[in-house]
Amino acid sequence: MTVSIDARGPRWSAAITTVVLATALVTSNVWIIAFQAIVFAIGALRGPQFTPYALIFKSLIKPRLKSPVTFEDVRPPQFAQAVGLGFALVAVIASVTGAGGVFTVAVAFALAAAFLNAAFNFCLGCQMYLLILRARTAK
Amino acid sequence: MKTFVPLVIVLIVATGFGIWFQRTRGEFRKKKTVNGPTLTAAIVGTELGSRATMVQFSSAFCTPCRATKALLQDMVKTMPDVRYAHIDAESHLELVRELNVLSTPTTLFLNAAGVEVGRAMGTPKRAQVHAALAAIS
Repeated sequence: MTVSIDARGPRWSAAITTVVLATALVTSNVWIIAFQAIVFAIGALRGPQFTPYALIFKSLIKPRLKSPVTFEDVRPPQFAQAVGLGFALVAVIASVTGAGGVFTVAVAFALAAAFLNAAFNFCLGCQMYLLILRARTAK
Repeated sequence: MKTFVPLVIVLIVATGFGIWFQRTRGEFRKKKTVNGPTLTAAIVGTELGSRATMVQFSSAFCTPCRATKALLQDMVKTMPDVRYAHIDAESHLELVRELNVLSTPTTLFLNAAGVEVGRAMGTPKRAQVHAALAAIS
């Protein structure tokens, strides 16, 4: 059995993620990206419906939405959270070790993915998962 | 040190990519020469259609795959000479490589002989599927 969640939740979470990552990119503040890494970690390990952003969606935004509820498999957004966690961890390590260029690039990629998800309903798992599988099993 | 330069670059590039991406999803891309491998009922898991077969590749981390499946399954109901086959990409990686499937959902359009004439990446619209099938004589 796969878990299904309200499909609007991950997109709202991606919008909040976009704002947080944009702030991190502009300020180069390690604490903001560290916070986002923890949010990504919760989303990747427990599920995207358990992050603080999902809680904001559930308590504040969802009761005000009138669009019909559509449900989606929890695995695609969970995969996206895992990819985000990867970029965020690289950014944290880069910041701590003083590699400013690496920090900027890592946050930029995470921001681009979150922004595409929020604005264009871009599905990261659709584009990346098969390529990762193919690369991993390449002879 | 505050700088808005990287942010502006990311937003401009991502917006451009997003617009291009959204426009090209579901679009039927016809192959210039029909010369790929011949797919059989044994490979795709379903009898081939007498005129055309739509073969969809899906994966677990893919939301639009479900919508694509529902649309294509519904469309073939009214088309006796077209069949639909669904393949889990993850468990058919050899085939995925042979056919050079890069993302999911990807739908291959096969002619009566079982050779790919073109494909669509992402969820196509009903009209795009009709146009693709019309291109297969």
